[in-house]
Amino acid sequence: MSDISAEQVRHLANLARIDLSDAEIATMTTELGQIMEAVASVQAVATPDVPATSHPIPLKNVYRADVVADVIPTDKALASAPEHDGSRFKVSAILGEEQ
Amino acid sequence: MSDLIHKSAAELAEMLAAGTTTSVEITQAHLDRIAAVDGDVHAFLHVNAEVSLAAAKASDERRAAGAPLSDLDGVPIAIKDVLVTTDMPSTSGSKILEGWMSPYDATVVTKVREAGLVPLGKTNMDEFAMGSSTEHSAYGPTRNPWDLDRIPGGSGGGSAAAVAAYEAPLALGSDTGGSIRQPAHITGTVGVKPTYGGVSRYGAIALASSFDQIGPVTRTVLDSALLHDVIKGHDRHDSTSLTDEWPSFADAVKNANVKGLKIGVIEQLDGEGFQPGVLARFHESLELLKASGAEIVNVSLPSLEHAVAAYYLILPAEASSNLAKFDSVRFGLRVQPEGGGTVEQVMSATREAGFGAEVKRRIILGTYALSAGYYDAYYGSAQKVRTLVQCDFADAFSKVDVLASPTAPTTAWKLGEQLDDPVAMWRGDIATIPANMAGIPGISIPAGLADEDGLPVGIQFLAPAREDARLYNVGAALEALLEKKWGHTLLSQAPELKGGAL
Repeated sequence: MSDISAEQVRHLANLARIDLSDAEIATMTTELGQIMEAVASVQAVATPDVPATSHPIPLKNVYRADVVADVIPTDKALASAPEHDGSRFKVSAILGEEQ
Repeated sequence: MSDLIHKSAAELAEMLAAGTTTSVEITQAHLDRIAAVDGDVHAFLHVNAEVSLAAAKASDERRAAGAPLSDLDGVPIAIKDVLVTTDMPSTSGSKILEGWMSPYDATVVTKVREAGLVPLGKTNMDEFAMGSSTEHSAYGPTRNPWDLDRIPGGSGGGSAAAVAAYEAPLALGSDTGGSIRQPAHITGTVGVKPTYGGVSRYGAIALASSFDQIGPVTRTVLDSALLHDVIKGHDRHDSTSLTDEWPSFADAVKNANVKGLKIGVIEQLDGEGFQPGVLARFHESLELLKASGAEIVNVSLPSLEHAVAAYYLILPAEASSNLAKFDSVRFGLRVQPEGGGTVEQVMSATREAGFGAEVKRRIILGTYALSAGYYDAYYGSAQKVRTLVQCDFADAFSKVDVLASPTAPTTAWKLGEQLDDPVAMWRGDIATIPANMAGIPGISIPAGLADEDGLPVGIQFLAPAREDARLYNVGAALEALLEKKWGHTLLSQAPELKGGAL
């Protein structure tokens, strides 16, 4: 199960939006294989009768009244943006030429 | 006045109340200490003397007017860089956030400001708190004040080293799998991971949201309790924040008494894989507690064997999702690929340039564990192990009041020694990870020095969720017993830092 190929790592890097270099992909392919071997033991004890837990302390969902509160002003929200036009964040083209 | 740096926060508070010193004097003494030794230790990523001294001056004016905000008003504090601050940059140890200024303060930062504490600066950490040595900081490692060639623990090595090197009496840390407790063990200091939800996480740059918890980093148990009393409590900005009323943790310290306390020794964390000097100090501490009326019994938590594996599936899964927000759009770094590109290409180029190797490794691992076809086998199985670990703790706490173990298997290792094998470093988290999986509180206090290398060793206590006060009770009792036996504090045995060693 832990046989991980370079092609798989390349695909994962694409899903995670990280431009890994070929050298990084080679290293990570080896490491990911070792890591998955090290963590595979969880499958041995995770039998069907054991329920899964996602949270440390049981909590109910939290609601509040639908009123405006604690709004960060636009200028403050934009202050640390890589690029903005005074009222909005600016990004590069969403679609490439082939799209 | 340089002796001010050797005082505990509690002592400084008394001196301020008595009028024998001022916040400006105390703050200046710590800034001088930072200037003298931080070139060697590198506990801080950011210090701004002007801002700190202005806060100190304001504190002195409040006190002169007879209106201090709290007992700790005027006492300095260091803040881990994972917590966002409006007057200092917040990077979480990453290049992707270099120089970033938050538009708001983390709730714990607001609370320490409202209590009048004086922020000294932001402390170094493994990038996004991923690591156990602070070597994964994008800004270079922090060094252990006990031996500058060794790691200070991690991810909060900066906060622990800052208090161990007398650069700050108090610090804030975050603990996702031991990032407060393990550095405390490694540097001979005190660290507390509160009950999950006991302290607000709002404004803490998230690593793994179901594990993360903010807590105190100090030199004494009383100081941790005093700081915990400042930062605890419900926060409507954090939907996992508990609404419980908490008792005074400082009172738990002052009334410490272990007579009749049932302490369970975790069998799985007492033997193989643990350094002899670590185990020797652990058992010595247990004997002292026993002689003071505590009852020591052995308990077994069989699922702990799989806790590390489960943790290193759940953590990367949650981290890969939490770190998706570093996308070059709203804050942080933006890197344009050569010849320009679409927004997605800009994101990929930015994340390639902005994240370090350990962060990329864990994001890819998390993406894998969550991907279709592998989800049930890995992430799903790990969540089941989480259930088993929680059941083990529930069972153990039906028999004992607190659990005890060494905080980590070894003392501080040399810088660079474990960097080639990521999995080896992860195994060192075996004693601290289980508490995060179950949301229960834990404390590490100094237990002595290992015979084989003369380096600090910590002992960890764990309590049921919401029973943090039990940790302050047993921690304060043991601290007093050990210091009575030694005739001094553990940190007084650390070599003197003179500065300019590097």
